[in-house]
Amino acid sequence: MTQPYAIELAGLSGGYGGDPVLRDVTLRIPRGRFVGLVGPSGAGKTSMLRAMLGTLPRVDGAARIDGKPVTPGAPPPGIGYVPQIETVDWSFPATVEDVVLMGRIRRMGALPWPNREDRRRVGETLERLGIGALARRHIRDLSGGQQQRVFLARALIGEPVVLLLDEPTASVDIKTRDDVLHLLVELHRSGITILMTTHELNAVAAHLPWVVCVNGAIVAQGAPVDVFTGPILSRTFSASMRVIRDPLTGGVLVAEAGEHGPFSRMPEREPARASA
Amino acid sequence: MQALLEPFQYEFFRHGLLAATLTGALCGLMGVYIVLRRMSYIGHGLSHSIFGGAVVAYLMTWNFYIGAGLWGFFSALLINATARRRNIGGDAAIGIVTTASFAIGVALISKTRSFTRNFEAALFGNILGVSTRDLIVLGLVTAAVVIAVFAGYKQLLFATFDPGLAKIYGVRTEWVETGFALALAATIVASLNIVGVTLIAAAIVIPPTTARLLTDSFGRMLVLATTIGALCGFAGMVVSYYTDVASGAAIVLVAAATFATVYAVTAARRHVRLRAGHATPRPCPLPAAGIALDEQG
Repeated sequence: MTQPYAIELAGLSGGYGGDPVLRDVTLRIPRGRFVGLVGPSGAGKTSMLRAMLGTLPRVDGAARIDGKPVTPGAPPPGIGYVPQIETVDWSFPATVEDVVLMGRIRRMGALPWPNREDRRRVGETLERLGIGALARRHIRDLSGGQQQRVFLARALIGEPVVLLLDEPTASVDIKTRDDVLHLLVELHRSGITILMTTHELNAVAAHLPWVVCVNGAIVAQGAPVDVFTGPILSRTFSASMRVIRDPLTGGVLVAEAGEHGPFSRMPEREPARASA
Repeated sequence: MQALLEPFQYEFFRHGLLAATLTGALCGLMGVYIVLRRMSYIGHGLSHSIFGGAVVAYLMTWNFYIGAGLWGFFSALLINATARRRNIGGDAAIGIVTTASFAIGVALISKTRSFTRNFEAALFGNILGVSTRDLIVLGLVTAAVVIAVFAGYKQLLFATFDPGLAKIYGVRTEWVETGFALALAATIVASLNIVGVTLIAAAIVIPPTTARLLTDSFGRMLVLATTIGALCGFAGMVVSYYTDVASGAAIVLVAAATFATVYAVTAARRHVRLRAGHATPRPCPLPAAGIALDEQG
């Protein structure tokens, strides 16, 4: 018997009422893959995540997570979700433990306080992410990297098959970004399928094995080294982009072409093995 | 000692004291959710809205609690529905719905010219005229709200912290919103004759705001806000008796003085900590990514 895809979108179109943000998106991500979703603002990255979460207001087509259909308005099975950290109200009186327990709300008992098993699971999850000592701390009193780990812990405590992250590296410094991406790589090695949206093309090229370019529809997908080419990125971002390749390692670095800078004179390259 | 116990020999004072303490506790408890949702104005607005409902109930000879309660419940639902529109903020929704509702009450009063003491009590509160029936209603509403908060603690916490995400994690946020609107309307209707339309916002906002200065824990904030509200209600009534100041105003002034004191003390403590160099706990350094995960791999 073949294993179901971790994420499967079939002919998905949808948006918020006006013109559709997503147009006939078909995407199949096998289990255990670590995928970056890149595209310009308004390209439909967050809308794709919302379609997987069942919260996109208007949807045509089908979305399945681990083979189970996502029903609009119903909590999806097997998903852990980490929203953009900018949406968090940092003045809210919540400790790290309070936040992580929210991810276990469907499994907790009727009493307002957590039982021994709940606390054990919180402790284990925080230890796993290297922040075991912070359970009683207020979320505002943590560093950016620690805060991101708290919200990861909330997503992981429900033992998801698929982890969705909406721009986990936005508005953080390079050190924190590197730290978060290393952590995600380690989580991926433990077997979780991860899909994250991001604007950080070079971070994707450095850390992620698979990338999907989206701009209303899927433009291309594949390994970053194959997908990050001038023509594909220019088509994705509707802006002139240049890709610099390291001849020794094959690594890529993405730069804006600009009008007058040195990259404006650089020729675009054709894609190598990317599949549209 | 004799002088201190003197007011307690009067039944009207004992009734008023119990009503003020219960109202303080109830408004303090509900106020936590209102303040954290950044909808502090809703208590003020909804009390005005319910005033419109009270006038309609009076003219239609309906029971005050049922008429005003239903009016308040539907006003709260209407505010929530209006505020869900992306281009209308919660504050604007409260402003529109509640002032329109208040205006209905004022228009009906001016039309029928039957302004009575009942409406004076609704506007300014009449704590010394609290009847046994008022106390029973207040007690029932307080008990129902406490039970609802206890039973729905986790769902309310998640839905207040992040309603969008709470829905994804399976919290029935529509039910939480409806239940919250019902509890809020019941709280304001039950408290209206005691502190009055004009002062109810203070009873809802000041205790939780004071509690927030004292704790970073949601659970402790609930307990503290309820306790501070109850104590301010009790102390306000005693102050009112000895100073001959209107009881609603005395309760609010005691609450405001409590807030000012706590604010000053916590600010001074923070200043001392800042000078000592540890105002905010320093974040612990993170371990190198992956170290803690190796066993999972």
